[in-house]
Amino acid sequence: MGGSIAAIGMGLAVIGAGIGIGMIGGKAMEAIARQPEAVGDIRANMILTAALVEGAALIAIVMAYLVK
Amino acid sequence: MATFAPLFKKRVEMPIKLKQMRRYILSFIFLLSLSVFAFSQEHNEPQSGGQPTGEHPAGGEVEHGDPGAIDHQDHGTEAHDAGCGPQEEHEFDPGATAFHHIADQNIYSIGPWNFPLPCFLYAPDHGWSVFSSGKFHADAHGNGHVAVDKYVLVEGMVQRITDPTFPDGEVEVAHHPYFQKVKRGDGGEKEIASICYESKLYPAEDRSTADGGLFGGGITSFYDFSLTKNVTSMIFIFALLSWMFLSIAKAYKTRDGMAPKGMQGFIEPIFIFIQDEVAKPFLGHKWEQYLPFLMALFFFILALNLFGQIPFLGGSNVSGNLAVTMVLAIITFLVVNLSGNKNYWEHILWMPGVPAWVKVILTPVELLGVFIKPMTLMLRLFANITAGHMVMVIFVSLIFVFSNNGINVGAGYGTAIGSTLLTLFMMTIELLVAFIQAFVFTILTASYIGAATEEAHH
Repeated sequence: MGGSIAAIGMGLAVIGAGIGIGMIGGKAMEAIARQPEAVGDIRANMILTAALVEGAALIAIVMAYLVK
Repeated sequence: MATFAPLFKKRVEMPIKLKQMRRYILSFIFLLSLSVFAFSQEHNEPQSGGQPTGEHPAGGEVEHGDPGAIDHQDHGTEAHDAGCGPQEEHEFDPGATAFHHIADQNIYSIGPWNFPLPCFLYAPDHGWSVFSSGKFHADAHGNGHVAVDKYVLVEGMVQRITDPTFPDGEVEVAHHPYFQKVKRGDGGEKEIASICYESKLYPAEDRSTADGGLFGGGITSFYDFSLTKNVTSMIFIFALLSWMFLSIAKAYKTRDGMAPKGMQGFIEPIFIFIQDEVAKPFLGHKWEQYLPFLMALFFFILALNLFGQIPFLGGSNVSGNLAVTMVLAIITFLVVNLSGNKNYWEHILWMPGVPAWVKVILTPVELLGVFIKPMTLMLRLFANITAGHMVMVIFVSLIFVFSNNGINVGAGYGTAIGSTLLTLFMMTIELLVAFIQAFVFTILTASYIGAATEEAHH
């Protein structure tokens, strides 16, 4: 029972991270389409921001794993 | 381009059939060997009694007094096993199998061969035990036939029998571990491997880990300082990188002014990429001071990530090991905070231009952030690499789930095709992830150092 609640928690964390990374990716694509010459800067910042969003989700997932 | 195209076409036209054929043949051989490997990893064929026995660390309580119901035909140790009764059959557990496959081991198994590694074990009540893990006589699953100084090999990991009545020295044991579910203090369940010796079960203990019991570890009766599979892989990668970079450094001296060649030409673009995309933008004019650290981080993580991706080579999961990523994160933590200037600490402890009552709230948050930053570095690398390895094992495990442990062979073959393709797809993604995670670790480290060394501008 504890395990399944932890699984729901993991799922919720992934939904949040999914929305976040999806928005980052989408906006980065728009930005690249507007200014193709800035693709290098945009890509580096996109990966950095995605990593930050992912960090919050990872903490949630590890917490869910720990309380199992 | 248009002028070159016909030339190019002409030159390629003749061997194109051969090339295409070779590509198909190669991929076919790869697919075949992958599925053969997948099958050989799990000997879950139906046993002679017609009942499947999952032998990986899935659950199941030990039953006594029902000897010989299951014939462990492919292990030839019936005489020993019979004494402790059979294990209760349990379902094949993909999660447990995946955890077993990504775990660190005291043997290095490449394909069907096990290579022994040196063991340096310390138990406070026994002292040091130094021997080769070849003494355990491990089988294909990494379960040892022999106990040495109360140490046994269970699924590649050294464990220790705590019972004082168990004899010291080399003792032959029934190698199959029996798993018993035991309630942990916090209500969770923990599985303990037990060793059958002279018709009696002896529970074995894991090695000590410094996680304080969070992941089911903690301080136990012995400490393992062995050269494990991960350590061996790290030493190998260290030697490889040292050799590569020393020879490249020499090439810059001997080939001064000439175009880069060979390995030099391979590493230089990556090096320049990290220097221009990571070090210079984030570190400002201090970039040269921190460049060696960033490069060491990047190439070490990248090499370990890629080394872990090579199939059939032991599947070492070094950068997916929490201890390894923790050490990397601690080094980053030290570098960031030791190079932090007055401005950095001021903005954490008592930021200027903020009302006093806000400072009371913000200071604890900022202080927490100092520790959360390296923690997320640690978890991100660990989770990404571990997840990649686990997903692959679970795709392969699907074969055994759908074929019902080998009873339904047709479904097994059907799933084998699908899951092999999925695994290949995942491996491609993992190559990307290997690079991205090394890059992210480096870029975040650079941005933390950049934030810590930034000069005040107000």
